[in-house]
Amino acid sequence: MRFGVVTFPGSNCDQDCVYVLRSVLGQNVDEVWHEDRSVDGLDAIVLPGGFAHGDYLRAGAIAARAPVMSAVGAFARAGGPVLGICNGFQVLLEAGLLPGAMLRNQGLRFRCLPVFLRVESTDTAWTRTLREGQVLQLPIAHGEGNYFAPEPLLATMEEGHQIVFRYSDADARLTPEANPNGSVRYIAGVCNPAGNVVGLMPHPERASESLLGSADGRLLFESVLAFLSTRQMSPAGALR
Amino acid sequence: MTTIRITITLKPGVLDAQGQAVLQGLRTLGHDQVSAVRVGRYIELSVPDGIRATDLDQMCEQFLANPLLEEWRIDDLHQTLLSVGERTG
Repeated sequence: MRFGVVTFPGSNCDQDCVYVLRSVLGQNVDEVWHEDRSVDGLDAIVLPGGFAHGDYLRAGAIAARAPVMSAVGAFARAGGPVLGICNGFQVLLEAGLLPGAMLRNQGLRFRCLPVFLRVESTDTAWTRTLREGQVLQLPIAHGEGNYFAPEPLLATMEEGHQIVFRYSDADARLTPEANPNGSVRYIAGVCNPAGNVVGLMPHPERASESLLGSADGRLLFESVLAFLSTRQMSPAGALR
Repeated sequence: MTTIRITITLKPGVLDAQGQAVLQGLRTLGHDQVSAVRVGRYIELSVPDGIRATDLDQMCEQFLANPLLEEWRIDDLHQTLLSVGERTG
């Protein structure tokens, strides 16, 4: 498969994503610049973490209006799998490809630590080989990961299985201590209504080899590979 | 040319963690008379005279503010209020 990893000025996890996809998973990777206007030929796109445009205005706000995002938007609307990690998640929110917004972490601290996530929906391109209720351990590193959406939107999202990950403890329990940033309803990751676009604050690319303490992050990339190979066999097969 | 001043703040219902921290700081300094703090962003735009308020509103809604979280107030150089905006939902 051919992955695209987008680099914005200020992205700093792009090479980690390229490394995992290319060297750990053996995939083809195109490094896509934010001024590129085409994503033709790609099977999946990753928007990596970092501080695109220095988080000026709001995290992800300027990157969301970059030339490449028109192409990413068209790719997403056509059903192409897109994953936004941390700052990449913020970019997808600002671009309107995912619902909700980010606030400063409750307590205002930049949180950098391993956390547990409970898988809430396996009905997405990036989680379809996981198990509902499965607990993953991935690291977070962010100052603005306090997920927010107004109540009516949350209700729609719950109904549409658009909440993909929640912060939990190791035993899958949702406790206030397990929520590192104050996110509403413990939300750590969400998807679009079709399930092909997913964003999460934790970093799967930093936990894709057991040497790094957890290889759970690999499961997301393996999931999309499974999704893409199924789709190759039956291109019309809708995700949801 | 004229200068437009835009003030963007979190909507009343949205937790302002930064405002709370500033309130804490003021209290620590003994300023007990302050009961709440909201921290926002301030933006100045240089634009042609007579720019339409609807154009300015559009800039706020599309880009300068995040309508899900924030509301905005647009004043001209003489602090005459041109528009107050927010989008519900």
